[in-house]
Amino acid sequence: MSLVLLIVIGVLFAVGFHLLLQRSLIRIVAGFVLLGHGSTLALLVAGGPAGDPPLLGRVRRGPMTDPLPQAMALTAIVITFGVTAFLLALAYRSRVFLGEDEVPDDVEDRRIAAEARRGDYDEEGGG
Amino acid sequence: MVTLVVFHAVVAVAVPWALRWDRRLMALVAALAPAVTVLWTLRQAGTVAGGGQPAEMIEWVPELGLVPQFRLDGLAWVLLLLIGAVGALVLIYSAWYFPAPPTLGVGVLVAFAGAMTGLVLADNLLILYVFWELTTLCSYLLIGGFAPQDAQARRAANQALITTTGFGLVMLAGLIVLGQQAGTFTLSALLADPPRGPATELALVLILLGAFVKSAQMPLHAWLPSAMVAPTPVSAYLHAAAMVQAGVYLVARLAPAFADTTVWRPLVIVVGLVSLIAAGWHALWQDDLKLLLAYGTISQLGLLMVLCGAGTRTAALAGPALLLAHGLFKAPMFLAVGVVDRTYGTRLGSALHGVGRRMPCLGLAMAAAVASMAGLPPFLGFTAKEAALEAFAHPGPDLAVFTGVAAGSVLTVAYGIRFLQGAFGGDVGGTGDKPPSRRAFSPAHLRGVLTAGPRDPVPGLAWWPIAVLSAAGLLAGLIPGAWQDLIGPYADRFTAAAPYKLALWHGIGPPLAASAAILALGVGVYFTAPRALHEATGRLPTAQGGYRAALKTLFAAAHRLTRRTQVGSLPAYLAVIVATVLALPGTALVAGLAGETVPPLRSGGLTLWDDPVQAVLGLIAVTGALAAMRMHRRLSAVLLLGAVGYAMVGLFILHGAPDVALTLLVVETLTLIVLVFVLRRLPEDFPRRRRSRRLQFLSGLLGAAAGAFIASLLAVMTLSRRDPPVGPGYVAQARAEKAGNVVDAILVDLRSLDTTGEIGVLAVAAVGVTALMLAGMHQGRFERPPQDPGGGRWLAAPGPPPLGPPSVLLAITARLLIPTILVFSIYLLVAGHVQPGGGFVGGLVAGSAFVLRYLAGGMRELAAALPWHPNVLIGGGLGLALLTGAVPWAVGGAFLESAAAEWTWPLLGHVEAPSGLVFDLGVYLLVLGLVLSLLRSLGTSLEEEPDVPDASRGEAR
Repeated sequence: MSLVLLIVIGVLFAVGFHLLLQRSLIRIVAGFVLLGHGSTLALLVAGGPAGDPPLLGRVRRGPMTDPLPQAMALTAIVITFGVTAFLLALAYRSRVFLGEDEVPDDVEDRRIAAEARRGDYDEEGGG
Repeated sequence: MVTLVVFHAVVAVAVPWALRWDRRLMALVAALAPAVTVLWTLRQAGTVAGGGQPAEMIEWVPELGLVPQFRLDGLAWVLLLLIGAVGALVLIYSAWYFPAPPTLGVGVLVAFAGAMTGLVLADNLLILYVFWELTTLCSYLLIGGFAPQDAQARRAANQALITTTGFGLVMLAGLIVLGQQAGTFTLSALLADPPRGPATELALVLILLGAFVKSAQMPLHAWLPSAMVAPTPVSAYLHAAAMVQAGVYLVARLAPAFADTTVWRPLVIVVGLVSLIAAGWHALWQDDLKLLLAYGTISQLGLLMVLCGAGTRTAALAGPALLLAHGLFKAPMFLAVGVVDRTYGTRLGSALHGVGRRMPCLGLAMAAAVASMAGLPPFLGFTAKEAALEAFAHPGPDLAVFTGVAAGSVLTVAYGIRFLQGAFGGDVGGTGDKPPSRRAFSPAHLRGVLTAGPRDPVPGLAWWPIAVLSAAGLLAGLIPGAWQDLIGPYADRFTAAAPYKLALWHGIGPPLAASAAILALGVGVYFTAPRALHEATGRLPTAQGGYRAALKTLFAAAHRLTRRTQVGSLPAYLAVIVATVLALPGTALVAGLAGETVPPLRSGGLTLWDDPVQAVLGLIAVTGALAAMRMHRRLSAVLLLGAVGYAMVGLFILHGAPDVALTLLVVETLTLIVLVFVLRRLPEDFPRRRRSRRLQFLSGLLGAAAGAFIASLLAVMTLSRRDPPVGPGYVAQARAEKAGNVVDAILVDLRSLDTTGEIGVLAVAAVGVTALMLAGMHQGRFERPPQDPGGGRWLAAPGPPPLGPPSVLLAITARLLIPTILVFSIYLLVAGHVQPGGGFVGGLVAGSAFVLRYLAGGMRELAAALPWHPNVLIGGGLGLALLTGAVPWAVGGAFLESAAAEWTWPLLGHVEAPSGLVFDLGVYLLVLGLVLSLLRSLGTSLEEEPDVPDASRGEAR
C-alpha cells in the first residue's frame, strides 16, 4: 500500500474532524465533505493495492482491483452529496431564523446549567 | 378466546370512527363488544362448572417463551362475566353521560374491555404482563384524555401512569425471575409444578408489589383517589369494577401454588388488613361522594387481598364471590353519583339536600347496592362475607385476621350509611352539613320520602344500567349454589378439612353472630365515630405527600445529572465522541503496536507510492485541505474544497477505480455549484471565531490525533490481512451475468438490495432539503412561465441568470452542449453494463445539463426545460427500482432477482436487456430528480433575499 495515500487519508480525517468541531455550519459542511473524501479513499485502500480497473473483456496489464469497495465507495459518494445538500439547507435555514449560520448552544441545556438549583418541583414537568 | 380479544380491538377502532356522527349510537353499538363477552362466558358456564378448562394458543416465538396461551377456569370465568356485564352497561350509560361524541372515550373503553379480557384469560406470564400494561395505558388515556387542558386531570393521569407502570416493571422483573425458576412462562404449567427457593420468594415479593399497586393497596394507593377526576363511567368501570381488581386476580391466580411460601401470607394479609381498615376509616369522612367511594374501593380491595391470598379453600370460595359482588355494587354507586352530579351540579354530600325525595328510585337502587356491600341477606355480599368470616373463624393467629376483617366490615357498614345519607339524605332546600340522623331508620319517614313529590326525571339510558347492576347483586345472592359450582373447581385446589359451601343459610354459628354484630356496630360507628380521631389521623403523613416527595427527588436528581452532562454545546459533544474513539480503540492500538500483540504485518506491503503522479496529487489534496481550514473567506474555502475533490478524482483513477472517479468528478462539480448557490445568501467572510486560542488548539490537536489514529489503524488492518477478499468472487458472478463492468454489476444486480436502500436515503435527503428550503414559501414558484413569443435567441425562456450578468456566450454554450450532455448521460446509463458508467453517473451528468441551463437562463429557463416536477422523478425512480424488484417476487422468484430478455431486431441485431438495466434506469431517474430538486430548492428559491433575520424571528422559534 502507498504511504502517500495513508498520509492523505490521515490529513483529510484530521482536518475534517477539526472543521467538524467548529461552530460555523459552512465549516462543518466542509469538514463533512473532507471526511467523506477520506472515508472513500480509506475504503479503496482497505480493498487492496492499486491495479487494473474491474472491467472484464479487456487487455490486462496486471491484477484487477477489488470491485466491492469501489461499489461501496460509489454509493458513499452519492450519499455524501445528498447529505451535504441537506446540511447546506440546514445552514441556510439557520441563517434565516437565527441571523447566523452558527450552531448555537442548546438553550434549554444552558438554562439548566445556569441555574444553581431549580426551584420547587413543578408537577407539570412530569408531563 | 383470541377472537374475542381481537373483536374488541376491531370494535374499539372501527365503531367510534364509523359512528362518530352520533354519540348515542356510537356508545350503544360499542356496548356489543363486552356484551358478546357475556354471551360467550355464559355459554362456557357448563364446561367450567364441570371442572373443564378450555384453552387456546398461538405459536409465536416459542424460543423466548412468547406463546400467547389462553385458558378459562372458574376464577377467570367470574371475572370475565363481571368485565363483560359491567362493560356493556357502562357503555350504555356513556351514551347518556357524554355531552360531546366521546370518540376517544368509547374507543378506549372498548379497548380496555378487550385488554382486561386478555389479562384474565392469559395463560402465559409475559402475555399477562402485556395486557396488564395495556389496561394501565387505557387508564392513563381515560383519566387525562377527556380534559387535556385541565392541569389536575393531567397530573392525575401522570400519577396513575407513573405509579402503576413503575411498579408494573417491578412486577415484570418478578415474573421473569419466576419464569426462569420454573423453566416455563406458561401459567398453568408453572402452577402445577411451582418452583421454590430464595429466588422464587424474591420474585413473589416483586410480583405482589405490582399487584398491590394495581389494586391501590396502602401505602401505594394515592393514585386511585387522584384518578377520580376521570368521568364517572371511567371511575365505575376501571377504578371500581375491573382494572383495580386485576391485582387481586393475580394474587388469587398465584395463591394455590405459592400461599405456603414464607413471604406470601404475612405480606398479603398485613397489607390487605391495613388497607381494609385504614381506607374504610378514611372513607367515613369524605364529603366528595366519589372520593368516599374511592376509599371504599381501596378498603374492599384490601379485604379481597386477604381472602384471595389467604390460601385456604373457604377463603378461596369467598374471594371470587366477593370480587363479583364488589363489582356489582360498586359500579352502580359510581354511576348513581354521576347522575346526581350531572343533575344537581355537585357531588359534595354537604351540598346535596333532599335528593332522595326527588329521585326515590335511584335512592332505592343505591340502598340495595349498599345492602350488598354491608353484607345484608340475601344479597350476594352477604353470602361472600359469611364465607369470609367462616374462613378465619378458628382459634390461633386466624382469630386476629378474623377481628381485622370484622372491624373493616364495621367501617364498611358505617361509610355505606354515610354514602346514602350524603347522596340522598336531608330535606329539599336544606343547607350545610347533614349530621347523622335517626330518621333514616324510621320506616314511616322512609315511606314519606318515597311517596313525596315532585320528582326529578332520571333518563332511561342512565337508569337502566344502575338498576340492572343493583338488582343483579340481589339476584345473584339468591343462587349461591351456582357460584359454588363455578368457583368450586378453583377453590378445590386448596386442601380443606371441612368442605364449606356458599349458601344463604349455614345455621346459627360464629359467622352469623358476627354478621349481626357487625351490622349493629356499623350503625353505632356511623352515629358515634369521634371527629377528633379523624383529625388526628389526618395529621399523619399521607401517601400523596410521599408520591410528591419521591417525584421531587427524582426531578432534582435528573436536573443535577443534566446539569453535569448536558452542557448544550454541539462541538463539546462531538469532541467527547472523538476523544472516546481515541481513548478506547486508540489506546488499544498504541498498546498493541508497542507490545507487539497486533497480528504480524506483512513486510514489504508498504511502498512510498504506487505512481509518482500520486505524490503530486496527494500534495494538492493535503495542501488544499489545510488551506481550506485556514481561510476566512467562505468562497475561497469552498474553491479549495473543490481542488481537494478533483485531486481525489485523480487518485481514484490511479488506483484503478474509473467508476468511482467518474462519479466523484460529477458530484464534485455539482457540490461546488450547490455550495456557491447557498453562499450567495451568506456573508462573504466566516464570522469571527469567538473561541479562545487554547480551545482552538485543543480542537486541532484532537483532529490531528484522530487523523493519525485512523491512518495507522488502516495501515495495521490492511497489512495484517490474511483471508482472501470477497471481491474476486463477485468478478466470477459478474462474468456469469455477462456483465463487463463488475462495479456496476454489483450495484444493480448482485447487491441491488443495498442500492435500493441507498437510493431511498437519497430520496429522503431530497425531501428533507425541499422541506427545509421551501417551508412556508409560496407554492407555484416552479410553474411554467407563460409562453413568451419574444423569447431569447438561444434559450427558450431566458431570465436573469443566478450568478453574474446575462452572458450570450454562456447561452450559446448551453444551447450547443445540453443535447450532447443528455445523450451522453443516456450512453453512460446503457453502457454501464460493460463500460464505466451506470445510473448514478448517468443521472448526475443529466442533472448537470439542467444546471447549465439554469446557470445560463435562470429559473424561468429551468422551469421551461422541465417536463415534470422533480418529485415525480424521485418518486418514479424509486418506484421503478422497487417495481423491478417486485416483479420477480410476484412470479415466484426472489426480491430483485435478475433476469434478461434477449431478442434480435432487424438492423440492430442481437439485443440483450438485463433487468438490471431497468433498475439502473430507476437509479438514473432518482438521481436526476435529486439534482433538479436541489436546483429548485437551493437554486431558485434563493434568488430572492431571505426574510430579514432579526432577533424576534429567532425567539419566535
